[in-house]
Amino acid sequence: MAALELLGFGAKGWGALLAVATLMTLAVTAAALTIGAIIGAAVAASKLSGNLTLRFIGNVYTTVFRGIPELLIIYLIYFGGSTAVTVIGGWLGFEGFLGLPSFIAGSLAVGLISASYQAEVYRGAYLAISIGEMEAAQAIGMPRAMRLRRIIMPQVIRFAIPGLGNVWQLSLKDSALVSVTGLAELMRTSQVAAGSTRQYFLFFIAGGCLYLLLTSLSDQVFGWFERRANRSMPNATIGKA
Amino acid sequence: MDFEFLASTFVTLLKSLPTTLALFAFSVTLGGSLAILIVWMRVSGNPILGGFAKAYIFVFRGSPLLIQMFLVFYGLAQFSLIRQSFLWSYLREPFDCAVLSLALCTAGYSAEIFRGGIRAVSVKEIEAARAIGMSGFLLVRRIIAPIAFRHALPAYSTEVVLMMKSTALASLVTVWDVTGVAQRLISQTYRTMEVFLCAAAIYLFLNFVLLQAFALLEFYLSRHRRAPALNSASKLA
Repeated sequence: MAALELLGFGAKGWGALLAVATLMTLAVTAAALTIGAIIGAAVAASKLSGNLTLRFIGNVYTTVFRGIPELLIIYLIYFGGSTAVTVIGGWLGFEGFLGLPSFIAGSLAVGLISASYQAEVYRGAYLAISIGEMEAAQAIGMPRAMRLRRIIMPQVIRFAIPGLGNVWQLSLKDSALVSVTGLAELMRTSQVAAGSTRQYFLFFIAGGCLYLLLTSLSDQVFGWFERRANRSMPNATIGKA
Repeated sequence: MDFEFLASTFVTLLKSLPTTLALFAFSVTLGGSLAILIVWMRVSGNPILGGFAKAYIFVFRGSPLLIQMFLVFYGLAQFSLIRQSFLWSYLREPFDCAVLSLALCTAGYSAEIFRGGIRAVSVKEIEAARAIGMSGFLLVRRIIAPIAFRHALPAYSTEVVLMMKSTALASLVTVWDVTGVAQRLISQTYRTMEVFLCAAAIYLFLNFVLLQAFALLEFYLSRHRRAPALNSASKLA
């Protein structure tokens, strides 16, 4: 079977490269989700704050990053980032064009997109905390930081897990667009394999199946997290199908 | 800031706007119709149709649109059976391939959104309709579809915005839409940031208009729920 040989791990096979590429896709997505969590939390905090300017900035961020095509954002970060790196390199005495590594550019771009979605998830989760609990914490004299640590954070995380699962799936699929920067993740490797063997159908189907594997596995993982986070909440409606 | 360059970039990009809008309009229409068919299969109760719809939704929501588009554009051309069939006059056109893959993809997402809307229709309303003798298509047309559509509208507006953004991927299968033309401009002028920012502004504007239109539609369709509030508002005025 020629197809099996091409997909296998032998001398002519692309199996090993595809496996590495799948891990690369996971790495980009995980990096993007982390970047997105940090920026997203900051954006959510500014959208929830009483300060009008901060709220405006938060709203502009989520509107802009959810309104521009992902592909354009990746191009902007990749080329814009490379221009910035070249300029900084020029100050430090490096001659010529310096590129931003495509892994960093890609995960930053997907991360910035993911941040705009995560911000909404965190904001929704914060608003889902009952006011009574906040009042109770204040009533027994918890200071702000302790309230954040003991009351707000555990519940925000619990409420946010289903939404974060959706954002993870979005980022996983957005990471395919990072292939335009030449990073050898799953999409790019499928493309290269398809192009050099002329077996487009075979390798795009194989790549698609690997993506399906990733998305369905991560569904399981987030489902497990959700059950775990809700294990002390027998009557919780969130987290039950 | 070189305003002359920005202005000429804008004019060039706006000339490709009809392509982007056509991609969007065709794929939303086609995808929406397909979604209705799939959601009908999904809720039909028939295990074979339901299983097919579930598999369809799983595959098209679980894999990236780009790989689907490449599969349609590069993958199908590999088979001489397809190259010799009547389909080839469509499948060799990048535009048609892009529309087809966008429509197939959005159908999967929209079907789930519509299903959510259908599930939100209260059983009592269906019972009431049945009690006065409505059944079959009449029940769907008069009771289930309008209510489900209203429930699904907010989520569907998000999906439509995602579609508008996804049309940019067509540039990767050599369609000269706004993103494609922006890339061509960059390869001629090497002024990356300015050109991409112009393109981004165009998409942002399009999505803004779309969301306003959906908000208006939602407002228009929720008259029955708003009537008392409007009265109190006019009293205040």
